Amino acid sequence: MTTTESAPAPADEVVLEAVGLTKHFPVRRRLRDLLSRTPTVVHAVDDVSIALRRGRVTALVGESGSGKSTVARLLAQLYPRTGGDIRLHGASIRVRGGRRFRAYVRRVQLILQDPFASLNPVHTVRYHLTRSLRIHGNAGTGPDGLEKALADLLTRVSLTPPERYLDAFPHELSGGQRQRIAIARALGADPEVLLADEPVSMLDVSIRLGVLNLLQDLKDRLNLAILYITHDIASARYFADDTIVMYAGRMVEGGDSETVTQRPAHPYTRLLTDSAPDPERITGAGGDADAATERGHGEPPSLIRPPAGCRFHPRCPHAMPRCTTELPPPIPVDDRPGHWAACWLFDPATVAAEKTGTAAATPTAGATAGQEAAR
Amino acid sequence: MNGKVLEIRGLCVDYGIGADAVRAVRDVDLTLHRGEVLGLAGESGSGKSTLAYGLTRLLPPPGVVSGGQVIYHPAEGPPVDVLTLSPARLREFRWAETSIVFQGAMNSLNPVHKVSTQLLDVIRAHEPTSTAASRLARAKDLLRLVGIAADRLDSYPHQLSGGMRQRVMIAMALALEPQLVIMDEPTTALDVVMQRQILGQLAELRERLGFAVLFITHDLSLLVEFSDRIAIMYGGRIVEEAPAARLYAEPLHPYTEGLLHSFPALRGPRRELTGIPGSPPDLRAMPAGCVFHPRCPKAFEPCDERVPVLGPPGVDDPTRAVACWLHPAVAPLPR
Repeated sequence: MTTTESAPAPADEVVLEAVGLTKHFPVRRRLRDLLSRTPTVVHAVDDVSIALRRGRVTALVGESGSGKSTVARLLAQLYPRTGGDIRLHGASIRVRGGRRFRAYVRRVQLILQDPFASLNPVHTVRYHLTRSLRIHGNAGTGPDGLEKALADLLTRVSLTPPERYLDAFPHELSGGQRQRIAIARALGADPEVLLADEPVSMLDVSIRLGVLNLLQDLKDRLNLAILYITHDIASARYFADDTIVMYAGRMVEGGDSETVTQRPAHPYTRLLTDSAPDPERITGAGGDADAATERGHGEPPSLIRPPAGCRFHPRCPHAMPRCTTELPPPIPVDDRPGHWAACWLFDPATVAAEKTGTAAATPTAGATAGQEAAR
Repeated sequence: MNGKVLEIRGLCVDYGIGADAVRAVRDVDLTLHRGEVLGLAGESGSGKSTLAYGLTRLLPPPGVVSGGQVIYHPAEGPPVDVLTLSPARLREFRWAETSIVFQGAMNSLNPVHKVSTQLLDVIRAHEPTSTAASRLARAKDLLRLVGIAADRLDSYPHQLSGGMRQRVMIAMALALEPQLVIMDEPTTALDVVMQRQILGQLAELRERLGFAVLFITHDLSLLVEFSDRIAIMYGGRIVEEAPAARLYAEPLHPYTEGLLHSFPALRGPRRELTGIPGSPPDLRAMPAGCVFHPRCPKAFEPCDERVPVLGPPGVDDPTRAVACWLHPAVAPLPR
């Protein structure tokens, strides 16, 4: 019932790992920039470390522009990285096209957001899936083998009976069915890792759940490691085992999904969870003004010149002088093992100072107050 | 909630003419009261945008309004049927009485014109007698109203962030103080944080200016929080209409229930997510009887034969209406 294709392996084995992953995109230089020594770059992703484990879903949550999709493309080796390391089963890998790229892609597959754009409109489902199977050597032997492999793929993504879909063109399928074809195409390579970049955000609400359940089911049956990228933190709670929150190219909080969504520690995560639509909070007229200021204000910073220190400090209601100069490292939060936040509020020194009440250096709400607010 | 501002009666919208016509909106009855936020929810293809474009006569061909009435009640004067307005009257009606914030409004600004040009153009077109100085002052006020500094008036759209562009669109929609603002997925392209800021501001503006909002979205959780009443559309018909809190607490139509159990909740206990099996209906081949019956877990004998009418499910409960054989209407909705 568990593994079908993949070799027996420890359940929690790290399959794909990013260590200190960094990506800077160059910006066209203007005349006055020629005088300065440092080249202008967009700091799209800075120092991101993620471990994708077999049979687990890791969610990467953030606003648009926070670098989540760049992380997916870096992990898929579609962009060369600026710094850091990507390790597949512990071995550092850097490929650029060619045979080695194909070998890599065989193990790490990417699913994109828009199933309307990711399938070629002039080709049938059969063509898309056959290509994937052929290229990755899973087409079986002879025409019968291919037919069987195709039927298997479609059955696996619950498009049954397969004959009904094999010769359909993408425009004949609904959004949910198209996304299933895209998933089937990724499975055609028999990968170990699935990178799903907002796989359901283009789909209708009533369809989303089906696709997410399908991914969950595939994870269990094929023991895949899945990276689930989303801006919807509520879906991360339901679908992912672990959640990592990104803001302006950096990771700000991580831990198991239930903890991160129910007891968010970092002020940005709190802003995110407070902003999510909440039917229980029926006001009929939006939020009151006090709550709005408490939640923080403003917009994400420019990534060409990101703020020094913590990148969230210009918007943070709890910002301290230290936040503007020193970058907070991931600091463990006490409530659950594995829960961490890159925020000075959780620095043992800050917490201790807050407790004894002697701290003159922390005039704003400290960690204890912060945790109170987060419940 | 004093008085009606817009009444839609039996509105039908077709795409195409004759035998090939596809009916995207069927017999929709909907009433909007002054100062109310009415949410309209449904999947894509359920006809919610078509309804909005139909009632403002903005439907691009081959869309045709094939029946019904859209009665608009101006602040002063007798009610008018929008569908029979002359072109000149329609021109006055649009924007001054009813304005629209379009889907993907961030891209509805003209990229080669400054914000000021576009904002002043609206005011000049509708109030040709105003002076340039008064128009400029008005434009500045409008930007301030939506929380943008007045000096951004001379920016081009690309110099503004997505959220700011969206706010400019809202400012433009409010420029002539309309009675009714139709918002077609106004925040879908925005992040949750920005979405909440804009919706909070919108709620505040509505308090202050007293316009009614027809809020169209597929995000039911958002509607429950922000609207007074919610109408659910499926397959071109309204299948349920109720005050937001009632709809959330006690959905009557199985489709509404399915929708409510489709989105994961961030707070509270982890609810069982059931979703809705199957896929939305094909408008070219609508199922007989209740359109939802092929996907409905509770379908029974009359569902595949007779179309349920929208009406209040009980005598004691005139605030809500549902079109489902499980809750047969006691009487057709009084209009």
